[in-house]
Amino acid sequence: MMLDADVRLRLGELLLEVRLKAAPGQLVVLVGPNGAGKTTLLRALAGLVPVDEGRISLNGEVLEDTSREVRVPTERRPVGMVFQNYLLFPHLSVIENVAFGLRARGVSRSEARQQGAVWLERMGLSAKADAKPRSLSGGQSQRVALARALATSPSLLLLDEPLAALDAPARAGVRRDLRRHLATFQGVRILVTHDPLEAVALADRIVVIEGGTIVQSGDVAEVTARPRSRYVAEFVGVNLFRGRGVGDSIEIDTGGALAAPDARWGDAFAVVHPHAVSIHRKEPEGSPRNVWRGTVEGCDFEGDRVRVRIQGTPSIVAEVTPPAANELDLVDGGPVWVSVKATDVVVYPA
Amino acid sequence: MTQGRARRGSVRRLPAFAFPAVLALLVLVVPLVGLIVRAPWGDLGAELAAPEVRQALVLSITTSLWATALAILFGVPLAWVLARLEFRGRALLRALIVLPMVLPPVVGGVALLLAFGRRGLIGQWLDQAFGITLPFTTTAVVIAELFVAMPFLIIAVEAALRSSERGYEEAAATLGAGRWLVFRRVTLPLIAPSLGAGAALCWARALGEFGATITFAGNLPGTTQTMPLAVYLALQSRPEGAIVLSLVLLAVSLGVLVLLRDRWFAAA
Repeated sequence: MMLDADVRLRLGELLLEVRLKAAPGQLVVLVGPNGAGKTTLLRALAGLVPVDEGRISLNGEVLEDTSREVRVPTERRPVGMVFQNYLLFPHLSVIENVAFGLRARGVSRSEARQQGAVWLERMGLSAKADAKPRSLSGGQSQRVALARALATSPSLLLLDEPLAALDAPARAGVRRDLRRHLATFQGVRILVTHDPLEAVALADRIVVIEGGTIVQSGDVAEVTARPRSRYVAEFVGVNLFRGRGVGDSIEIDTGGALAAPDARWGDAFAVVHPHAVSIHRKEPEGSPRNVWRGTVEGCDFEGDRVRVRIQGTPSIVAEVTPPAANELDLVDGGPVWVSVKATDVVVYPA
Repeated sequence: MTQGRARRGSVRRLPAFAFPAVLALLVLVVPLVGLIVRAPWGDLGAELAAPEVRQALVLSITTSLWATALAILFGVPLAWVLARLEFRGRALLRALIVLPMVLPPVVGGVALLLAFGRRGLIGQWLDQAFGITLPFTTTAVVIAELFVAMPFLIIAVEAALRSSERGYEEAAATLGAGRWLVFRRVTLPLIAPSLGAGAALCWARALGEFGATITFAGNLPGTTQTMPLAVYLALQSRPEGAIVLSLVLLAVSLGVLVLLRDRWFAAA
């Protein structure tokens, strides 16, 4: 039981070249910038866009193989999909939406309705069975879309930004529900998201796609600790530098250097967590090995923290508490000193 | 302040426009008023019951309903092809389909005659192979009406298909629905309002068809003499009958307008 996809296709500007394997019970989260090819990959797996070259197999069944000209049409793939804006059929009631897939697969009307009712009960939406989708809230629509996709018992479940259509306050609760409902599904699950929180909360494995190719893949801890691209670093909210290790420090490609005890030699990434970056009004004295001057480029308030973007060699993002920010009297364009302990610079080979 | 100025400005400009505007309105409204004033309201029932009036009425309704049904049957698939498939010459095809809407109906009738007439392109073959002659039959009336009215339906349905969310069809496919089922259970219900509007327009146009019908199907009472033809003929011999039939056609037109008001006048 697993998904093995080797997909190569061109769609407008995008050239997608991806090899993706996923085990059942695993929740793979696809992240990446806009236009990177995440949704296109989902659509290729569902058979909604043809693959130019490659092979897709699910549990040993070949869904697509361009070398043998095999192509199972969408309606005969054991694949369920939750679309970004849910796409509940507006002319059908909620229960008819959920029962649609069963009806399409030849299940009798009464049987399909019965199973649909079971799904709605599981989703806590029994009261809405005969309502039209337009009367549902965003979170309810999402649950109906999920029930509709799961009702046909697919082996592969694809979710395209299932929380993107919701406003921020609703998201946390719906994310929790989604996680609970997804946990009961036994097949392969692939979810696309833009939201780091969603990725971290839901993923067993994160796959990063940029420019049509997979640039990094691993479990959550691995990807957050050792990002391999600027996008991933920003996604998980850390400072990433690329450079060359020269023994006990790393020379950064874009200028500047950072002392790091285990820098070693050769091409390397260095990661510095924003909360490990200290800001000072005067040149600090004492132990920190990495001290340099910069100017404040801007401050972003994020809940109980302030993220301060500092321009310098290298430029870096620091994270301080609001009182500390206040005390430092940070103004845009104002001069500051930055320090980072050498032991807080994590280096790994590029 | 600006609002007040604008209002004053528009009032000042009104007299210059008022004369042609009123004239335009009169051109559109006076004939209808004339028709209604002159109508023999007292004898309406008797006039409608007159055999030649009833005959034309029944023929018109039957043929126009046939034409509408056939337009739906053939026009919807054609609209789907235009809206959903990418192929070379699609723009040309669309222009060809719209052509009957702007073509003088008489020209359409001549063209139909040259195609389906006994010595016509297809008519010749139909005559030899099956002994079928179309011109001057009720079938010819239906074909003439179909020719002029089907474009209205195709255009309405194509526009609806174009603007409808393709995603619904894709969602249905991921749920296991094949093309036909998707069309029947998802596409068609979603475009139903536009299909209804297109069908109403198509029917109204078929009901009023004159030029192509008289050219291709002739003017035989009971067989090809539809209401508009009967109106034209009756006007010379029995104006009351013409007026009554005209009233019926006017009522149908008003009915279609009322039916479509939400679609066309919602913004007003």
